Amino acid sequence: MVMEMMIDAELRLGPPGCDVTVVQPARKKPASAAKRPSSVVRSEASGTDDHDDASPASKVQVVGWPPVRAYRKNAFHAAAEAASARTTAKKGEQGGGLYVKVSMDGAPYLRKVDLRTYDGYRELRDALDVLFGCFSSSSADGGGGGCQFAIAYEDKDGDLMLAGDVPWDMFICSCKKLRIMRGSEAR
Amino acid sequence: MGRGGSRASPAAAAPPWHALPDEVWEHAFSFLPADSDRGAAAASCRSWLRAERRSRRRLAVANCYAASPQDAVDRFPSVRAVEVKGKPHFADFGLVPPAWGAAAAPWVEAAADGWPLLEELSFKRMVVTDDCLEIIAASFRNFQVLRLVSCEGFSTAGLSAIASGCRNLRELDLQENEIEDCSIQWLNLFPESFTSLVTLNFSCLEGDVNITVLDRLVTRCHNLKTLKLNNAIPLDKLANLLRKAPQIVELGTGKFSADYHLDLFLKLESAFSGCKSLRRLSGAWDAVPEYLPAFYCVCEGLTSLNLSYATVRGPELIKFIGRCKNLQLLWVMDLIEDRGLAVVASSCNKLQELRVFPSAPFDAAEQVSLTERGLVDVSASCPMLESVLYFCRRMTNEALITIAKNRPNFTCFRLCILEPHTPDYITHQPLDVGFSAIVESCKGLRRLSVSGLLTDNVFKSIGAHADRLEMLSIAFAGNSDLGLHYILSGCKSLKKLEIRDCPFGDKPLLANAAKLETMRSLWMSSCSLTLGACRQLARKMPRLSVEVMNYSRGACPLDSLTDESPIETIYVYRTIAGPRSDTPACVQIV
Repeated sequence: MVMEMMIDAELRLGPPGCDVTVVQPARKKPASAAKRPSSVVRSEASGTDDHDDASPASKVQVVGWPPVRAYRKNAFHAAAEAASARTTAKKGEQGGGLYVKVSMDGAPYLRKVDLRTYDGYRELRDALDVLFGCFSSSSADGGGGGCQFAIAYEDKDGDLMLAGDVPWDMFICSCKKLRIMRGSEAR
Repeated sequence: MGRGGSRASPAAAAPPWHALPDEVWEHAFSFLPADSDRGAAAASCRSWLRAERRSRRRLAVANCYAASPQDAVDRFPSVRAVEVKGKPHFADFGLVPPAWGAAAAPWVEAAADGWPLLEELSFKRMVVTDDCLEIIAASFRNFQVLRLVSCEGFSTAGLSAIASGCRNLRELDLQENEIEDCSIQWLNLFPESFTSLVTLNFSCLEGDVNITVLDRLVTRCHNLKTLKLNNAIPLDKLANLLRKAPQIVELGTGKFSADYHLDLFLKLESAFSGCKSLRRLSGAWDAVPEYLPAFYCVCEGLTSLNLSYATVRGPELIKFIGRCKNLQLLWVMDLIEDRGLAVVASSCNKLQELRVFPSAPFDAAEQVSLTERGLVDVSASCPMLESVLYFCRRMTNEALITIAKNRPNFTCFRLCILEPHTPDYITHQPLDVGFSAIVESCKGLRRLSVSGLLTDNVFKSIGAHADRLEMLSIAFAGNSDLGLHYILSGCKSLKKLEIRDCPFGDKPLLANAAKLETMRSLWMSSCSLTLGACRQLARKMPRLSVEVMNYSRGACPLDSLTDESPIETIYVYRTIAGPRSDTPACVQIV
């Protein structure tokens, strides 16, 4: 969660009225543990960089500005990364992912889950376990074995697939419906 | 003054008031809550000095280098509660070199020796080591309160010492510290017989905590009123803990996100509904909107809400805050936007303090619709609003004038426009007029931070009108020495001045040297100072410590530099302890 930065100690002071204190290096990952960084700096364009195709709206960042505490910055980075991870998952495909119906053989009604909120198959499995109680007889280390139920899904083409074969990100883009099937039927 | 508060002596004429025994004065002084009043009393005459210093129970040392620990122990032998602050405020933003100083050890050692009855210790922006914590645990039989704010240098090993050694601990309050995680289960070390905890705040701890142990601790500490968890405590465990501590008044949740499960939601909702005394809420990292309604049952009772780490946006956030009709304090991210603040304005009429933090401080592309409008709305509709910290991207003079007119009762006004030198976005004028309106209208203003495009004119107004101003923060403002001169020659009550990236030079500093001794400290970085001026200042004012910090590689000894050499940073403070001896290489005392 904490992104510590090592500051290269060379700062140049511009003439009075100049609004930028330039710091030389781009970000460096730290070697060791939790000292508060002396400053958090990202320089997206150094002063001497004259490439015309530099990323738009990027500028040299001023040390210690805006005045946001290092502690708060670190905490926010982690949250922003988590949030953007969710957003990129969301932006997967047109109409893919998001809320899908979940049916279980023998259950009187269906449920709906938001695939965006899970990070992987294990979490999906745990969530479905809470909703349906289908995996609670199996051991904590999931998969195969004496498990009675399997998670299957209907993809964009309408085919019934066994969940777990493709990477998670690909799965949530193509999954339209979930179906919890009895192990005997799944074979 | 002179209120003896004593009974008249029987029979014979009462002794003249100046011959009353010390105990009488000590009792009288106990009615003076403010240290400044006690200090003034102590300066009147020797007998009052004697009585006051011996009866002083609480001591606040606002600058750890202003006096030596031994001075403090000698002068106030009966102190029970001490607070010491170290690094300058700009250390929070990385402007102070890492090894600058502010070690707590000399204070802890002197206290262990001279104040064996010490009950409370509080350090802010200081380096506190595990050794310090071990000494604290071993030295004070009746130690009750440990508060560490923005400190560093210690680990969970030090916390273990506190847990196992402080039998009468009531408060362990760790706010925003850098704590190294040695994977020591320090919570286990509170003995089973230990039940006195009233406050437990470990929100800044990064590592895992044994939930079972925490649960048992919370269960047996029936007086627990404040519990602030860290990010490692998942949501479902929160519900269990709340069940064990329904008497809780202040809660910092742990991680407030989880996959949405109805049963977890119901569990949380039920747990919260049992907390009838809950008044202050914080934490809520990564808060997920679906779970916010679990809080609805406590909204009405909340007086303080800190959602400044909650990256929630949208209607759920606004709905939630809109239910909190009794809020006095609100800290949020700018994700609340103007429309959210409009709801705050109409719903939270008892609001006294508002802080709005930037969600994307470095990313101008990430546009959030938070403008001057939000602040104008809140200041128009919340009559008790007196303290504001507001990060935004645009402002107008007109908005500031309106705010000033609506809220003359501001005591703290800190506006940070994210892009330096930003003018009034409609008229393109500097924001001088707006900030001038603030200082002219808000006669009780004690703290001010200015930003945006500002000329020397705003400092003329501040110097002339801000009579009660104690702390002023300036960045990227002004156009000449005059700006600084206006401040230093005005601002009668100024205690702390911190300046960065302003075109202020030697002349106003030297011309107002005497002013600096009436202040606690001055910080100036990236201005236009030379070494010669620092030398002159140090010579002229022997009771000031003039620290010079240059970040050049391999700090040169100052002696080899000429008077004309530019100085990156100075930190000047009054002290009775002489120059300190613990400076790192990049800091030199002139």
